[in-house]
Amino acid sequence: MSANLSAIFYLISGVLFILALRGLSSPETSRQGNFFGILGMVIAITVTFLSIGNFSSGFIYVLIFLLIGGLIGTFIAYKIPMTAMPELVAGFHSLVGLAAVFVAISAFLNPEAFNLGSPGNIKLGSLIEMSIGAVVGAITFSGSIIAFLKLRGIMSGSPITFRGQHLLNALILISIIVLTYLLCSTQSSNLFWTLLAVSFLIGFLLIVPIGGADMPVVISMLNSYSGWAAAGIGFTLENSALIITGALVGSSGAILSYIMCKGMNRSFFNVILGGFGATEQSLSKDNEKKPVKSGNAEDAAFLMKNASSVIIVPGYGMAVAQAQHALREMVDTLKKNDIKVTYAIHPVAGRMPGHMNVLLAEANVPYDEVFELEEINNDFANADVAFVIGANDVTNPVAKTDPQSPIYGMPVLDVEKCKSVLFVKRSLSPGYAGIDNELFYRDNTLMLFADAKKMTEDIIKNL
Amino acid sequence: MEIDPFIFRLSIFILSIFIGYYVVWSVTPSLHTPLMSVTNAISSVIIVGAIIAGLAGNSESIFNTSSIFGFLAISLAAINIFGGFLVTQRMLQMYKKKKKDK
Repeated sequence: MSANLSAIFYLISGVLFILALRGLSSPETSRQGNFFGILGMVIAITVTFLSIGNFSSGFIYVLIFLLIGGLIGTFIAYKIPMTAMPELVAGFHSLVGLAAVFVAISAFLNPEAFNLGSPGNIKLGSLIEMSIGAVVGAITFSGSIIAFLKLRGIMSGSPITFRGQHLLNALILISIIVLTYLLCSTQSSNLFWTLLAVSFLIGFLLIVPIGGADMPVVISMLNSYSGWAAAGIGFTLENSALIITGALVGSSGAILSYIMCKGMNRSFFNVILGGFGATEQSLSKDNEKKPVKSGNAEDAAFLMKNASSVIIVPGYGMAVAQAQHALREMVDTLKKNDIKVTYAIHPVAGRMPGHMNVLLAEANVPYDEVFELEEINNDFANADVAFVIGANDVTNPVAKTDPQSPIYGMPVLDVEKCKSVLFVKRSLSPGYAGIDNELFYRDNTLMLFADAKKMTEDIIKNL
Repeated sequence: MEIDPFIFRLSIFILSIFIGYYVVWSVTPSLHTPLMSVTNAISSVIIVGAIIAGLAGNSESIFNTSSIFGFLAISLAAINIFGGFLVTQRMLQMYKKKKKDK
């Protein structure tokens, strides 16, 4: 196949990838979008085989490695529980990053295969592009591994900070630039390996200080990086499918991180520099003695049975307790009694963008009963009961009233405007931001101290 | 004077960023998780580079250092392609509308 013809096919697969993302504008078109994505990938892979046209013994090994990866991927895709989606996505990001690094290594060792010159005499432009792809890929890899370990709970979700951290990171970033410059002027392979090692290190150091609840930003950011890494390799290989895809994924991840930062009213740099919540604990001390009304499942069931509308506010706690199915059962019972039930989702609820929506969809909650913050926030004033399950900081009215609070200005769900608030939580402990939730002490709040799933099941029994 | 082909690639890149920007803003927030998994899958189109790298060995030595990295990258990208698209499919199948006949 001629180079021009294959370039046209790569362009077609790039367009199909655009359509794949476009399909996600609504759930109805999304399945078709995913099909376009698969089609684009099949075209890209087929064209690559045809353009090489070398069906020698190496070809069989390509298929074997493709099949091994495919089987592992298929197995993971069908076995993974929906609650583990954040760590799965983090894990997948690390693989894209590592694949980019491997392709860059391969191109560096054998530039002839890619028409980039000969070893020790690689075209300058290609070498720069390759280095960028490799550096960003390595950062994506090690950063995603840390994100994966934190989300999986293997590594503590609390921020790990030490003195001189920012200085160290800055020095490493400068050394990456210097190393890239030296690599381009000397073409030394030792410098190439050093550059990779330093990039792995900085990816690790960048994510370590970021805490668990900031993971939505981190995952989106790593998503973006994986795109830029792919684009860097795309420039090296002069492949338009890769360049288009890299740009799409890069901007997609960047937009998601922006949305997540806005959902917390924090700047991107504030999140990335890490350590949120560690300094603010003193604020909550004076609240310890305030009276709290606590109730049991029976009280909660009574309140909801006599309500005419209920709004459910799910948070990360629901995911941890795997309470989504029990929750849907409870809602079904309420609906049978002609009670209107809707769901309110805060942009940063959970550990990744859209986390709550997927869990509710898994529990067969129709997506037209689930609303985003702006759509539903005015409805709280007219609702009888807000049922907060596993959320905390995103309901804290302090964000609207106290300019001293670290979460001041963050958009929150106005649950306190409901006639009564049911708050399922294991204890009165503060949320991720390290501050007390004023809502706990309000007259119209009833605390339900229990595991989210167990409490929901008990309420069903009492309905 | 001729224009360097790099400039054309750069143009594709910049314009694609803009397309990505507008397309992604139109994605409904409830589908942000599938968006991440599908972008994951499509960024694994990096497999085309891996295939070229894997097949670069000559007929006497299929496995040299360079092609081994290529073969490994093929597997990594394949995990992502299959895993990413299938898990997206699985998620999207769960998004259902309210049944009319209740």
